[in-house]
Amino acid sequence: MVAIGTNGWNTEPLGGMMNLQDNIIVPETQTPSRQAGQTAAAQTQNERSIIEVDNVDFYYGSTHALKSITVEIPEKKATAFIGPSGCGKTTLLRCLNRMNDLVLNTRLTGSIKLDSKNIYDPSTDVINLRRRVGMIFQKWNPFPKSIYENVVYGLRIVGINNRSLLDEVAEKSLRRAALWEEVKDNLNKSATDLSGGQQQRLCIARALAVEPEVLLMDEPCSALDPISTAKIEELIHELKDTFTIVIVTHNMQQAARCADRTAFFYLGELIEVGETGKLFTAPEKRQTEDYITGRFG
Amino acid sequence: MESQHTDKRYEEQLKKLREEILYMGGLVEDQIQKAVKTLVDRDSELAQIIIERDHEVNRLDVEIDDLCIKLLALHQPAGRDLRFITTGLKITTDLERIGDMAVNICERALELNQEPQLKPYIDIPRMARISQRMIRESLDAFVREDTELALKVCKDDDEVDQLNAQIFRETLTFMLENTQTISRATKIASVSKYLERIADHATNIAEMVIFMVKGKSIRHMKDLPPSV
Repeated sequence: MVAIGTNGWNTEPLGGMMNLQDNIIVPETQTPSRQAGQTAAAQTQNERSIIEVDNVDFYYGSTHALKSITVEIPEKKATAFIGPSGCGKTTLLRCLNRMNDLVLNTRLTGSIKLDSKNIYDPSTDVINLRRRVGMIFQKWNPFPKSIYENVVYGLRIVGINNRSLLDEVAEKSLRRAALWEEVKDNLNKSATDLSGGQQQRLCIARALAVEPEVLLMDEPCSALDPISTAKIEELIHELKDTFTIVIVTHNMQQAARCADRTAFFYLGELIEVGETGKLFTAPEKRQTEDYITGRFG
Repeated sequence: MESQHTDKRYEEQLKKLREEILYMGGLVEDQIQKAVKTLVDRDSELAQIIIERDHEVNRLDVEIDDLCIKLLALHQPAGRDLRFITTGLKITTDLERIGDMAVNICERALELNQEPQLKPYIDIPRMARISQRMIRESLDAFVREDTELALKVCKDDDEVDQLNAQIFRETLTFMLENTQTISRATKIASVSKYLERIADHATNIAEMVIFMVKGKSIRHMKDLPPSV
């Protein structure tokens, strides 16, 4: 066995191209044992977890869709969930703002905390939760209204009708969604006249108008062309200075490009979560390696 | 044991890359063996042939680079495929350099063959054998993803370094005793240096194999790890 530290080998900081923190070559007995889920945010310094998923199991009727998921979502970072269809990534995303409440015959055990408060506590105001945790869907879904009315909709339903405030929010949100320059002269045009990519960015603007803390994105680019996709990805980079982003994607390159951390799910289990650069170059688990290299049967 | 890619064409191209690297490795190994033979046997005709054959090594270098770049661009490899392809890119650079060293040995042989032999060649063929073995084993380690063998190659480098130092001292002694030998002695010292460089390149390859398999770099470390 290796005598640790006597030859500078195990303490050697040279970690190859990706600053691999886990010294894989250290003999088994010396490797710090870690559970996949708990490596999440806690491992990197200066990171606060905004969402803590703790031992969550989720059932659709008798189907066990999520199995003992424990993961932390760091604040103001982009976290990607990847995995083959049916692995539970979208289910988990939808648990994060209780969208699954709307699905009949579902059950969740464990806890999901937003800012240390369990969102499944009976006292939770679900409407307020969904304001704080916004969601963008695979297929854009603007209301059949004008561009302007779409953006300010969330404010109007809580009774805000002050025109100058609405104007201000509309412009700020559209700018944040990188859509302002394209629509500023046509704010009264119907939202459905916009291109697909523009409609998706409009939906992002609508979500941002209510100042959420977290933005959940469920396959936001899967129906978009590469240019529109690039615009949304660019947007994700900008938005994460202000918001926390969780993105579900089938496109592994997208996860590699956008996310700071990536979590790989398989058959309802969280297999591995870690820094994106490491997960895509030298993952720890064989299943992850097989998935990212395209060796899945 | 090895699980296959869903994309069969990708799988085939990766296989082709592996085969081409091995072919190039075999060719380079042969180049060194023959280069040293031209010196020991004073065979200038063979030296010319070996120098000519370096074009083939260069061609493979370009071809393998192309293949790697295409794989990177078209398949966006990740994980161990990414490590394999980037390692392939670097291995060919080392192999190409080794090929150049074989040419250098032949050039010195051509010059030395013009003059009477200074001394019998004993240590140089020994060095050549070790260097050749190191190349072969580093490539075997590459194919079999055998990190222990790769580590052995890294360790063997010391032996070649020692032989080089020994030859240098010996040739220096010749030069000190008789200035007439300077021209030949420096050429012999050069050949020894080329072989030492070849062993260094084989060590590079072995180090890259360890990175490829373990995702962990052992390059530029003061001491080699006792095991990987």
